[in-house]
Amino acid sequence: MEKILCIAHTQPDGNLPSVALEALGAAVRLVQQLDGATLSVGLIGQNVKPAAESVATCGATRFLSVAGAEFEVSRYASDAAAVEAIARSAEATIVIAPATLRFSRSLPGVVQRLKGRIETHVTGMDAADGKLSIQRWYYRQRMMATLTRMQRPWFLLLDGGVFPAWQGEPGTTTLENLAVELGENLLRTKVIGIQAPSTNARTIRPNADVLFVAGAGWTKKQADGELHLNEAGERILGFLANCNSSLGSSKSLVDQSVEGVPVLPFMSHLNQVGQTGSTPRHPKGLATCCHGEEPHAVGWRFINERRAINTDASCGWAQGKADVLYVADAFQVMAKVNELLAG
Amino acid sequence: MDGGYHIVVCGSIVPDPLQTLAPVEGPTGPSLKNEMMLPAVLDPWAGHALYEAAHLAKNMPGSKVWLVSLGPKQKLQQLMMSIAQKVSFELVVLDGPAGGFTDPCEVASVLAGGIETIQGLDRSRLLLFGGCASASRDAGVTMQMVGEQLGITDQFLGVDELVVQPDGTLKILERSEGGQYQVSVCAAAPALLAWATGNLPEPPNNPQIGMANMRTVMPALQKALPAKVGAEGVSFLSVELPKQRRETRIVRDMPPDEIAREIVDWIKG
Ligand SMILES: Cc1cc2nc3c(=O)[nH]c(=O)nc-3n(C[C@H](O)[C@H](O)[C@H](O)COP(=O)(O)OP(=O)(O)OC[C@H]3O[C@@H](n4cnc5c(N)ncnc54)[C@H](O)[C@@H]3O)c2cc1C
Repeated sequence: MEKILCIAHTQPDGNLPSVALEALGAAVRLVQQLDGATLSVGLIGQNVKPAAESVATCGATRFLSVAGAEFEVSRYASDAAAVEAIARSAEATIVIAPATLRFSRSLPGVVQRLKGRIETHVTGMDAADGKLSIQRWYYRQRMMATLTRMQRPWFLLLDGGVFPAWQGEPGTTTLENLAVELGENLLRTKVIGIQAPSTNARTIRPNADVLFVAGAGWTKKQADGELHLNEAGERILGFLANCNSSLGSSKSLVDQSVEGVPVLPFMSHLNQVGQTGSTPRHPKGLATCCHGEEPHAVGWRFINERRAINTDASCGWAQGKADVLYVADAFQVMAKVNELLAG
Repeated sequence: MDGGYHIVVCGSIVPDPLQTLAPVEGPTGPSLKNEMMLPAVLDPWAGHALYEAAHLAKNMPGSKVWLVSLGPKQKLQQLMMSIAQKVSFELVVLDGPAGGFTDPCEVASVLAGGIETIQGLDRSRLLLFGGCASASRDAGVTMQMVGEQLGITDQFLGVDELVVQPDGTLKILERSEGGQYQVSVCAAAPALLAWATGNLPEPPNNPQIGMANMRTVMPALQKALPAKVGAEGVSFLSVELPKQRRETRIVRDMPPDEIAREIVDWIKG
């Protein structure tokens, strides 16, 4: 019989991030599907009581915590120690966690300590026939596998935006606080803080409805034989401001730099989508001046509705990757789009 | 740091992303169609780690770089034709599969074992580098497991910048949620850094570096020991290419103003 543990850490305001509620939603459903399975919840943070109360009615039989100032920060050594203590106390056979930086960084080491196994980027779970199987992509969203495994504990890091979030009433609960000592050797790393990349203000907005993707075409010579970098910047930033969209980029565009300075200064590698970039989730995506080659298009796997603007009718987007391809000049179209959105 | 760092980079091959990839079912589980024939490249994020390692070693006299690669040795040999011309390193080869369907836990234990055999490696000066995820398995867990096996409890994932500060501490920028960086300072080596893109361009080929590297690359390939990795305990129920191919509506000859209106309606709809 599986002992399922859902772990989460608080965010700086003391609440649980939405991806944690998604992981909890998935864990609760799994408990319902697996005969005799039990659920524990493990929480890590400065003070996790409010977070525990917010999920008190989820059906967990135990609420475990590791709390204190040193557990508020995102650091491998302290996070690994906390997760290890919780997983051992819960005698977990399946551990479900959201794919935050903290857990992506620290869970693999815990798996090593517990001699378990781990699957990351989990995008589906099923236990309809009484046995858990999961789905994940291989080769960077090129192919999808469904698999199951024998080893326990089995850690699962769930991708955000896939599983419906747990919803329920807050309540009261008894927290079992586990004491975890951090020796000096586990405090060699000090977290200084969060910093926006030097190149940009916030252009990456994971919760935006629209992903706007710019390609290298914006920085190429145009029909008049000239470069139009200022106009390109205006069109792109104008759209971001008008539409509150998130900004993505092709690899070619962010790789372009003159002595280390990006050609479009608000762009950095963090904006890159694709094989060696990110794979964001948004309801809609608009690609402009990018060719739609396969290593780029894998970054669009989780964009539901896709449209593209390219002067070249035979570009990669035309090969069944976008819903609509407008064969047109993106400078002209986006100027008008911005005008309409602003008006 | 006096005497520099001992930087071990874990990195291997992946199929060139421009290739068409298709899964096939074999006796030991899934693999790629014509896997051994596919042109291969250095796994991109591991490549960034290697370039960052070489850059750091150049700036810290007394440092040394090792590249530890688990992969089929004839494919690694091909890869060395290009990579060995770019930066200086000593190669350690573990001759085994490099495909995406192997288990990261098994891969990590082979890599850790390989690192433990490196003669003259000073673990107190060790910076363990690798990619934050491979372009094959894309699990993002292997490096942390290697680090854990080597007893390294200062670990960083998705690193874009490492600065060795005047007092010898390591300032590290990791990719965090929402396009931001987490800034941390680690007291000293040993530490594990699993790199994202970093800040360096791919170095140009330098035949002199290539000649120097080849003196150690060829013996390393020759003495490579076979490494057994698979995915014990895993049953793949299916591996499929996404079926969805979109019916792309290609709009030609529509005036820009009209396209703009259609796009705005779509965005607002
Ligand atoms: C190992 C590896 C990893 C890779 N990883 C990634 C990745 O993660 N992400 C990624 O994006 N790529 C990746 N690539 C690169 C990818 O294969 C392409 O080379 C790249 O995406 C092309 O970028 P682009 O479309 O912006 O530029 P280009 O190929 O230069 O295309 C520019 C396009 O702009 C169009 N254009 C020009 N002017 C206009 C205009 N006024 N209006 C409309 N259209 C215009 C042109 O018709 C052209 O199609 C990778 C490649 C390799 C080898």
